[in-house]
This record gives sequence, C-alpha cells and structure tokens, in this order.
Amino acid sequence: MSSGIVMIDNIPVEIKGETNLLALIRKAGIDLPTFCYYSELSVYGACRMCVVETKKGAIEAACSTPPQDGMEIFTNTPRLKRYRKMILELLLSNHCRDCTICEKNGQCKLQELAERFGISRVRFANTADQTPMDTSSLAIVRDKSKCILCGDCVRMCHEVQNVGAIDFISRGAKISVSTAFDEPIANSSCVGCGQCAAVCPTGAIVIRRNTDQVWDALSDPQTKVVFQIAPAVRVGLGGKMGQAQGENLMGKIVAALRRMGADEVFDTATGADFTVLEEANEFLGRLDSGEKLPLFTSCCPAWINYAEKNHPDLLGNISSCRSPMQMFSSMLKEQFKHSNRKVVVVAVMPCTAKKEEAARKEFLDENDQPYTDFVITTQELIAMIKESGFVFSELEPEAVDMPFGTMSGAGIIFGVTGGVTEAVLRRISANKSNGALRSLAFTGVRGLAGVKEAQLMYGDREVKIAIVSGLKNAEDLILKIKSGESYYDFVEVMACPGGCVAGAGQPAVSNAAKQKRSQGLYDADRMSSIKRSEENPIMMSVYSGLLKGKVHHLLHVDYQASYNERHKNLLKEECR
Amino acid sequence: MSQVCDYQKLDEILEKHRYDSASIIAILQETQEEYHYLPREAFDYYAQKLKMPIAKIFSIATFYENFSLEPKGKYVIKVCDGTACHVRKSVPVLDRLRKELGLTAGKVTTDDQLFTVEIVSCLGACGLAPAITVNEKVIGLLTPDKAAEILAELKEGESHAKA
Repeated sequence: MSSGIVMIDNIPVEIKGETNLLALIRKAGIDLPTFCYYSELSVYGACRMCVVETKKGAIEAACSTPPQDGMEIFTNTPRLKRYRKMILELLLSNHCRDCTICEKNGQCKLQELAERFGISRVRFANTADQTPMDTSSLAIVRDKSKCILCGDCVRMCHEVQNVGAIDFISRGAKISVSTAFDEPIANSSCVGCGQCAAVCPTGAIVIRRNTDQVWDALSDPQTKVVFQIAPAVRVGLGGKMGQAQGENLMGKIVAALRRMGADEVFDTATGADFTVLEEANEFLGRLDSGEKLPLFTSCCPAWINYAEKNHPDLLGNISSCRSPMQMFSSMLKEQFKHSNRKVVVVAVMPCTAKKEEAARKEFLDENDQPYTDFVITTQELIAMIKESGFVFSELEPEAVDMPFGTMSGAGIIFGVTGGVTEAVLRRISANKSNGALRSLAFTGVRGLAGVKEAQLMYGDREVKIAIVSGLKNAEDLILKIKSGESYYDFVEVMACPGGCVAGAGQPAVSNAAKQKRSQGLYDADRMSSIKRSEENPIMMSVYSGLLKGKVHHLLHVDYQASYNERHKNLLKEECR
Repeated sequence: MSQVCDYQKLDEILEKHRYDSASIIAILQETQEEYHYLPREAFDYYAQKLKMPIAKIFSIATFYENFSLEPKGKYVIKVCDGTACHVRKSVPVLDRLRKELGLTAGKVTTDDQLFTVEIVSCLGACGLAPAITVNEKVIGLLTPDKAAEILAELKEGESHAKA
C-alpha cells in the first residue's frame, strides 16, 4: 500500500492506498470533473477533464497518475480552467444540443459541467451528425449524436458484465460506439441489463421510457390499473426526492400512485414470498434427487438473457420459478379476471431488463396479452411523480391493498444481492428460532461483494451456496463449476453489481449510497413482524384458492423448452 | 455458412495461433490473406471460438485501415500519397487509374472484381516517387500514361487467360 503526503492546492493530503491522484483529490473534498472515470472500471484517461498541474508546470491526467510522496499539484490554475473549458467546447461542438427535449435533461453530466464551467458559447460550428436512433431494444435507446466517446458503456459492458455488445468502431473522426456491423442492439449479445445507460454521462444511451402508456391507462376510466412495486424501488428514490438516501419510502410511493389514479397497489415482495416457497421446494427436490445441481436462481431477467445467449446448456439448471414480478403479475391477472374493466398490470422495477422480460413469449396469456402490461423503472416513477406536481415530502404514507396486503421481510430483501438466498435459507432451515434467523445473516450471504460463499447444514448434508452479482463474476464462477474446480448446490445470480438496489433503472449513485439502499431493505426486514415467506398469512388462502390447480401454469416457466423451440425453428429456417 | 468461407480454413488459422484471442490481429491478417478481405462469417466464427465479443473483433478490424470488410479485386493497386509521392504528382496518377476503371473515392473495386484502387500513406519507396504497388509488386516513377499502360497490360493478360 502506497503512503506519504501529496500537497494538493497547498494542502497536505495523506495517501492511504489510493491508486490514482483523482481518488486522493476527491478525498480532499475537491470534486474534480470527469466523464470517463469510474472506480469499478479500468482507467481510460480519455476525457482529460481531470487534468492537474504540477509544480513544474506539467499537465497530468489525475485519473491515470499514481500518487507519490512529495508530489505538489494544483487543481484549479487559470491554465487548467482554460483547458477544461476548451474540452467542453470541443465536446459540445459535435454534440446534439437539444437539451430541453433530451431524455437526460437535468441529469446529464455534460450539461452539468457546461453549467459549472460557465460555457456561454461554443466558438466552433456544430458538426454533430444526425444519426437515426436505435430503438430496437425494449430496455434501452441509443442516440449516437449525443455520444462523447468516453467509453464508459463499452468498459461496463465488457469488463463488468462480460457481454461486450458494443465497442469503438472505426477510428479518428469516424469513430463511434456501436455494435458489430452497426446492427441494431437488439440483434447483438446485449442482455438488457442497462448498466451502459447507468454509466452514460449524456443522453447517448438512456432507458426506454414507457410512462406515456401508463398515463394513458391511468386516465382511461374503462381500465383498471394495478400496480406492483419491487422491493428495491422503495429505497431507490430518496436521493432524488429530497429524502434521505436509502430511506424506505414505500408508503409515500403507494400514496403517490393512488393520487395518480392507480386502482390497486401491491408490493412485489408478496410475489417474492411465492417465489421463495416454490424455489425452496424445487431446491429441496433437487437436493434429494441430486439432479440438476447447482440450482441457479431465475429472478434476474438479464441473467436469464445471458444464460440463453452464452450458456444454453445451463438452462436446465435454472430454477423453473418465474421471477417475483411475473409470478405476481399472473396471479393479479387471475385475481381480477372477472373485472368488468380492462385490467392493466404495471410493474415498477429497479430494472431495465424487466421490460424485456414482460414481453417474453412465455409470459403472454392465452389471448397473447402480456401478464405484465408495462414496466416502468424507478427513474420513470420519479419522472411521473414530478410531472404530477405532488410535493413528495408532504405525501402521507399509505398501505398497499388487500387481498395481497401482507409480505414477509424475506420477500423485501430480494432487492439486494444475497437476499434471495437468505430468504430461501430461512425457508429450508429446520431451526426456526429467532437466533437461527439472526445467525443466517452472518453466514456470508450479506454485503455488496461481487462473489460470496456460504455453507449451511441441511439434515446431515452441508449445502454449498454461491452468490454472485455482476455477470463477469457469474461467468468466472460458471467456468469454475464447469471445470470441476468448484462445487455448489445453489447459485444466486444478479446481473447488476450489488443486486437490484443498484439496478440500472434506479437513479445512478455512488457505492456508499448503494450500501445505504441495501441497509434500507435490511431495516425494513428487521421491522417486519413476518420474517419468513411461509409465515405470510395469505399463503394458505391463495394456494387453496386462486392458485389451486394452477401453480404450474401461473408460477413456473420452462426456459429450456422455449430455447429448444426457438432453436428448432431457426434450424428449419436455415434448411429452407 | 456461405461458400465464401469454409470452417476448415478458419480452423487452420485458429489452430496456428493456438486459439489465443491475444493474437486476433495476426488471425485477421491471415484471414484477409486467404480471402482478400474479412468475410462476415469469419467474425461470427472467431467470436465463438475465441470466446471474444464480436463487437471487439469488429472494433479491431475497423481500426486498422489495412483490413477490408468488402471483397477486393484480383489486382489491388495501392497508390502512394505520402509526402514525396504527393509532391511528385501522385494525384494525377490516382485520377487516371480511377478514370480508366470507372472508380471513385467511394467505389474502390470494379464490378468484375478485377481491380481495387486504394490510397496509402507511404510505401517506403520515396526514391521511386510517385510509386504504386500492384498486389506485392512495386512500380515506381509513374506518370498517368504509364499507369494506364499497366492497366491495359493487366487487362490484356486477363482476356488471354480467359481465351
């Protein structure tokens, strides 16, 4: 670990393991501007906004300079200010500047820095190309004319998610970020996780918006609009709504949706309780038979996409459980099937890939209508609340509706990496004492680390569990399992690093804030009097009523079969 | 898989480089040597075999001017437009070649797939400026008329070969 003192603007700052000057400068309380730096990605050094001046007058990019004892640097000299303004002007000179009609308006890093550095005019002619938008994906929309070539999306997609759907194409003045052969993103290896949009500083990659369809449904008196809200959403909007980061705002969200015209509002954590029961059953069955182990979780739609595209041989190992959203949507459609109005289910999710999941063929009803009609992300929910003009802080919290009005703490912690596992463990653990429950939290399932392991005794057998978030971590683990280097009985995979609290549909925040969000969910669990999914009092009545004879039809899915079906059709086409 | 590209040839190239994704540039070079361009099928195949994103391979292939995604002619004529050739009037040579073949800056290969005319920055033959290469052969001290003669010779050779 490096150590020593660096003089930053004549103030001594101690090096404590920082690997680059930028981290040290930010530690000293100076928000040095950057476009292309993320601590979890490799250092790229492209945007040059973080340049600093040394005592000798040399200019260095702080992100790619290791701190050394005795360095003396300056972060705000007149020369640096001039350089930064010039960089911004040059970036703006070939950038679409229709800020007022941009999806990223108000949240754009380029806009923010242009304002911060007082860019009042751009001296160069605007040479931005009008390129068609790529709207092929249900999860994200790409607009090349707003790309500043920082490469954040490219590195996120490749380094953290191991997907590599996009890269730099061509070079020099012709360079752009695109897919191979510039094909629509939907035809690429993209899994819809949306992490590219989460790191994009501008409007070049944004979440696909579905708020207009939801508003239409809400304003139609002939439509009954039923909402479900995912666990991670309630802790995701605090920062943007003038509340504490990570604060549980479920009650206020319910109130806001009702005021917008929602007819029924439910908590996806209730759906998650059904997932826990079904998945625990399935897991115990496989443990007994010893077949198709490890069992991979199926809650994360980006992970399902990834497995289909990269490891179709593992599809049989993936749990047959639908995700909590899909389980709940099919139950809600069943519940309200005799309504005299058209029923529209809207899911509020921390996730972009859920938009793709909702449209999957497996999740269409007998009339080819999706069980989940629309998915909006936390960010879209925030936009709708803002558009409504409600003063969020003044909304009085409200409870969700009956008959699905109860949920367990186990269902709520689904929103954080390790949560699904902990919920299933609570279900299968023979010891139902409070002490046993508390000790589960310390088996290694908690925390935002990308790879976690846990062991648990089930009867006389030690059950081995792995929990990964981030698809690169998943890939590494799968390779170890396939090579025989590691063995697990149960593997939880979440595509977004940290789990759903850090989903791409949530407002993008720092790692510290992600920690607060996950704490928010664990707090909600602690305050919940129902800890285990099987203790949810609605279970009995739903299984013996609504779900009777329909468990398989409404709660399960066979991804392997649909993959084989698609593949068969593809082969047929090729033969033709 | 079309006839352009057979797996066996691609496998040979991959084998030679021990399926090492770090050798992707050399792999692409040998592929181009074989087909005179990089066929689409090769990208899909290499991505799968090298466990490498296809976008990454495409990124590399589009970074280097020397890689071509379009099929090239039997005779690839590279016209040097380095500083020495430029001042020794390489542009009229280029113009004449294009005029004779009906090519432009956007259309670089003739419809009969015989000729491709490209501009390169420096062939390293400044003493012979202005210079061109026809496939691997360097021809120097050119004039527009000489260039036209070379084309005529090549075309005549082709018609003889056909007859």
